[in-house]
Amino acid sequence: MSNVEIQSSKSKTRGKVPGPHIKLPKSAKSPDAASAIAGSELAAVDLYKSYRKGHNEIPVLRGVNLRVGPGEMLAIVGQSGSGKSTLLHLLGTLDAPDSGEVYFEENRIDNLPSAGRDVLRNKHFGMIFQFYHLLPELTTLENVLMPLMIAQGVLRYRFCKQKNVRQAKHLLDMVGLSHRLKHKPSELSGGEMQRAAIARALVAEPDVLLADEPTGNLDKTTGEEILALLRSLNDERNLTIVMVTHDGAIARQADRTVVLVDGVVQEA
Amino acid sequence: MYKLLLCVRYLRTRYIALASIISVTLGVATMIVVNAVMQGFSHEMLDRMHDIGSDISVTGLGLDGFPDPEWHMNRIREVAGDDIEAMTSIVVVPAAISFQFNGQWITRHIDLVGIDAATHADVSNIGRFLQHPENRKQLSFLLRESGYDTRDHEGGADAKERLGLSPAGWEYRRQRAAWNQTRPQRDVMPEDVPAAADAGDDGAPPPDLFAAGRPPEAANVFDPAKQQNVGVVLGMALASIRDKEGVAHFMIRPGDDVRITFPTAGTPPQAMSDTFTVVDFYESKMSDFDSKFVAMPIKKLQELRGMIDPLTGVGNVTSIRVRLKPGRDLNDVRDKIQAAFPMPAPVRVSTWRDQQAPILAAVEMETVILNILLFMIIAVAGFGIVSTFFMIVVEKTRDIGILKSLGASGRGIAGIFVAYGFSLGTVGSLAGMGLGLLFVHYINEIAGWLGMLTGRELFDPAVYFFHEIPTIVHPFTVSWIVGGALVIAVLASVLPAIRAAMLHPVEALRHE
Repeated sequence: MSNVEIQSSKSKTRGKVPGPHIKLPKSAKSPDAASAIAGSELAAVDLYKSYRKGHNEIPVLRGVNLRVGPGEMLAIVGQSGSGKSTLLHLLGTLDAPDSGEVYFEENRIDNLPSAGRDVLRNKHFGMIFQFYHLLPELTTLENVLMPLMIAQGVLRYRFCKQKNVRQAKHLLDMVGLSHRLKHKPSELSGGEMQRAAIARALVAEPDVLLADEPTGNLDKTTGEEILALLRSLNDERNLTIVMVTHDGAIARQADRTVVLVDGVVQEA
Repeated sequence: MYKLLLCVRYLRTRYIALASIISVTLGVATMIVVNAVMQGFSHEMLDRMHDIGSDISVTGLGLDGFPDPEWHMNRIREVAGDDIEAMTSIVVVPAAISFQFNGQWITRHIDLVGIDAATHADVSNIGRFLQHPENRKQLSFLLRESGYDTRDHEGGADAKERLGLSPAGWEYRRQRAAWNQTRPQRDVMPEDVPAAADAGDDGAPPPDLFAAGRPPEAANVFDPAKQQNVGVVLGMALASIRDKEGVAHFMIRPGDDVRITFPTAGTPPQAMSDTFTVVDFYESKMSDFDSKFVAMPIKKLQELRGMIDPLTGVGNVTSIRVRLKPGRDLNDVRDKIQAAFPMPAPVRVSTWRDQQAPILAAVEMETVILNILLFMIIAVAGFGIVSTFFMIVVEKTRDIGILKSLGASGRGIAGIFVAYGFSLGTVGSLAGMGLGLLFVHYINEIAGWLGMLTGRELFDPAVYFFHEIPTIVHPFTVSWIVGGALVIAVLASVLPAIRAAMLHPVEALRHE
């Protein structure tokens, strides 16, 4: 990542000012923080996030500190509403924290301008969701190709099309969907859709896979298959995986599990 | 790349958007049809105005005209000789024409135009409107034997037969003279009676009038069967009445005599009256002209009005008509000629467009206003696109969230919808263009068909004089309309696109 130089442009890009009830965070890269993020793939330092409902502020995260090492498979568990998904969104730069910092490979990413965050999500993070989130108008193959299409303009995509398609087919083969290339998502089963989503998340060869309840909408057997797939990705490709789940049984498959309680992370 | 793919996919799966674009299609088609018909009408009208008039007129200030037209022509040739194809001089005076129809004398107001039959055709195309084929080649003020067109030669294949023009010419004049001799001379104007009816001075004509009334040896007596008066060419609308079907009923025919009264030159003008023989009709299909002008030989008119200088034998003219070589700038030459006759000179120089300025301005104004109104229709269609697009953006909120989570930028997402609007606009306006051009191409068939369906003729030749709806399609106008519709479609998609770009990814992903 070469985005270090943009680190100081916090308020300009985010537009969100911390609410008055929140303690102002320590300045970035305090000695504590520096040691916490050293050698990490992904790290969160003192994250605060609250949602506004009417006149009430509902605090979700109250000072989360988290460190994910390279090649680690981390599970975040917690009850529904505990803020697991919110934390994952903050890690994936889909949302911005009220205060606190997010680091990717020791570079601060939560205050990047939106173009930088777009590139990050496109090239370095892969995301999968509970409801798969495939685009209904596109076939399985096109869905998997989507991150590459976003990264490349028309001409470059045309130029690289064969290579792109080969890569996408290879991934679909790996997740066991090579017979479903031309099918629309509505013609796939839940497990197949999640496999397609995993292939899509991997097609741009990301450094980190962020999974939000990847088995939450699947039956037990299918869920286990998906989990085994993630497990093998972590083992064979040394892919860093951060997985959010409410199911302790699934979390046990991970290298490490943390629990999110009352907006704070505790080691399990 | 994803923008293109999604745009195409949305095009193929969102038919509601195609429905919203139909209004653009119809707007574009309407504008093309209306513009084609407006331009067709005004072109036809201007063409005829131009053919009746001439490129440039050098006109005197009064009815008495200006002297020595030859000198003026030389002066004009000196300053603008390179631009000039031909010139002729004319005399125009207000006059009244009287003729007898159904036993009644009818008098109408006209402009009497004295023209030089030899040179006038070089300047004006009015000859193309005449009824006798020979006169169309070269106008003559001598009555033709017969052979006047009984069909409107500009009226198309299904023009109705004009029974009134057969017989006409000498054929008709002889019949009429013979007929007149068999009955009392009551259709002769009072002044003619002493000269023509000296023989029957005892009141009631003697029963043997046909045999003895006209002594053939009286050579100085005018014989209407063998002689004609000075010839005049009348406008069709002066000589005929049209009925609802557009059929012309003639009150006078070529071969009939008419009486024309006009002012003499000099102060104060005296009324001067003479008898003329109708030799032909012209029909420009513009009733203003067809019911106004009567043409006669200029020499005779100058003589009768006393415009000829007794010393030089040169007559005054009221106007010199100039035709330019093709491609010359009217206003440019007008200014050159005007400069040769600086202000105190008693002539004014004007182009035919200057002379028709009020109607040209009116037509232009009409076109502009009509276009503004019609363009508003397309703008209304634009608002339809705005609301449809907002609906699609709401429907696609989750997809937008997904794309953002995959790293698509806000600008890229907006691009999908603008490209979508652009393609819909292209489809809509091109379809509108096709529809409009087809409609224009078959407009007469459509009008006839609608006429049959509603039982009312939409394009009544009795009203419009043209036998079919004239249309002109200007590629420039068409491209302007299509381009405008495209711009509106794109503008209409910009707002929803911005909204899509601003969606928060997390909220969009949670959208049900």
